[in-house]
Amino acid sequence: MKGATTHRYGMVIDLDKCTGCGACMIACMAENNVPFRDDESDKLLSLTWMRIFRLNNGKPFPEADVCYLPRPCMHCEGDHGHSPCVSVCPATATDYSRETGIVSQIYTRCFGCRYCMGACPYKARLFNWWDPVWPDGMEKFLNPDVSPRVRGVVEKCSFCYNRYQLAKNKAFLEGRRELEENEYQTSCTQACPAGAIVFGDLNNPHHQVHQLVDPDMAHGGRPRNPNAFRILERLGTNPKVYYLSSREWVRRSGDNTIEGEGKLKSH
Amino acid sequence: MSTTEEHANEVPAEIADKKETTPETKKESAIGYVILFFFVGLIASLIVGWIIFPRLLYSQKSQPFDFNHAVHLDLVDEGCQSCHYFREDGSFSGVPKLAQCIDCHEEVNGEDPNEEIFVTEYVWKEREVPWLIYSKQPDCVFFSHVAHVSEDSLYDGKDCVTCHGYHGESETLRPYQYNRITNISRDIWGHNIAGFARNSWDRAKMDDCAKCHAEARDAASRRNLKAPTTRFITNIIDVAFPGTRPAGKGSSVQTERGACFECHK
Repeated sequence: MKGATTHRYGMVIDLDKCTGCGACMIACMAENNVPFRDDESDKLLSLTWMRIFRLNNGKPFPEADVCYLPRPCMHCEGDHGHSPCVSVCPATATDYSRETGIVSQIYTRCFGCRYCMGACPYKARLFNWWDPVWPDGMEKFLNPDVSPRVRGVVEKCSFCYNRYQLAKNKAFLEGRRELEENEYQTSCTQACPAGAIVFGDLNNPHHQVHQLVDPDMAHGGRPRNPNAFRILERLGTNPKVYYLSSREWVRRSGDNTIEGEGKLKSH
Repeated sequence: MSTTEEHANEVPAEIADKKETTPETKKESAIGYVILFFFVGLIASLIVGWIIFPRLLYSQKSQPFDFNHAVHLDLVDEGCQSCHYFREDGSFSGVPKLAQCIDCHEEVNGEDPNEEIFVTEYVWKEREVPWLIYSKQPDCVFFSHVAHVSEDSLYDGKDCVTCHGYHGESETLRPYQYNRITNISRDIWGHNIAGFARNSWDRAKMDDCAKCHAEARDAASRRNLKAPTTRFITNIIDVAFPGTRPAGKGSSVQTERGACFECHK
């Protein structure tokens, strides 16, 4: 491809900074036209591309500690782009792009078998049980750059791919092919009041994400920073979302092994 | 029938044949009917499929009033871009809004009744014209005009004609036809119901986008080849089997073509 470069867009979330306020969840829903229901109490049925989980160390006062863990789609690279969901999709509705490293979801192609939901170890994929219903007048405020989904298809975080497309538009008009770091940022990154979320190209040593985790690309991007970890590292899904924490119990809870269960794969 | 009888007379030893003469006559006349009805049915279904069905499938609307592209193209300096321009953020302005037309059309300039409709019904009443857009794609499609026009992109600066044809030189607006079931403009499928396209602007289905993208990737990978012989051979391969050489493959892991998010949103 003419001037094709491979990017590996990824995210680093500093759990020490995250206060669990939920601004990223709201920003995500607004950006991506995610429908909601009157009663959102049943979390098995609600759609949340970005979901915040509450972790605790299970110890009594005074050692009791809490950590909030925001979970977008991990955009797993897996083994050369064969992430769990992409490998199982029978409809080619989800795809891994070598150009951006983003796992896409094509709603018009998906027929809702939900195999990918079963394959995803992060529960990042969600199913539309109903057609979206917006409160009166809200349809006018939907994002025109993101197509709304219908009943019966799976959806998930796209790393705000629409923003990448628009940023590319501007770059082309200005005669560039490459994007600056600040030109393409996800909605949750910009919404985070604590600045806990950092987004950028993991392949680019000038980008903050690369500097924060120092990924070891020879080993599927495993972080060299001792404070950085990825969820369920041992599965070899090679996610592109990294977490930072100075607390040991938090880092340990990222890979929830039962005692004595298999060791970290040297992928 | 006589032939069968003669045949039976010539071979009197086969008595069994003689007995079957009467039923066979009936059988043959039945075959004649079968063939007749087959052709009647075939012709009827061809008429239904090629003439009646397309008429049922597509409905048509006329534009709010007629517009002469040719006249306007003569008056402007920068060609299509004079009215269909790019905004600063790289997005495409599409069909001009009233604010752009108002500079020249505050009053009725000419004798054309269409201009009179425009000025009295839309400019004076400050209403936007509800143009019907022939090239409108479905909601799930992301299309970047600048990526196709820009010389920095993969597609080497296509001109407007490649996809829109000679619309800019047309003197009238043809009726807008749309699919009754999907509401999608007929220009997407193309006007030939069999799906034949003679020109690059005849249709804009997903296959047409994919075909052009594969060709562009092939061409881009060929550009890196220095030796003229290798270039010639790859040229032949690309024409015969577009998008199959490893160098010309796209970024998609699933299909080895362009990734889905290239054109979807």
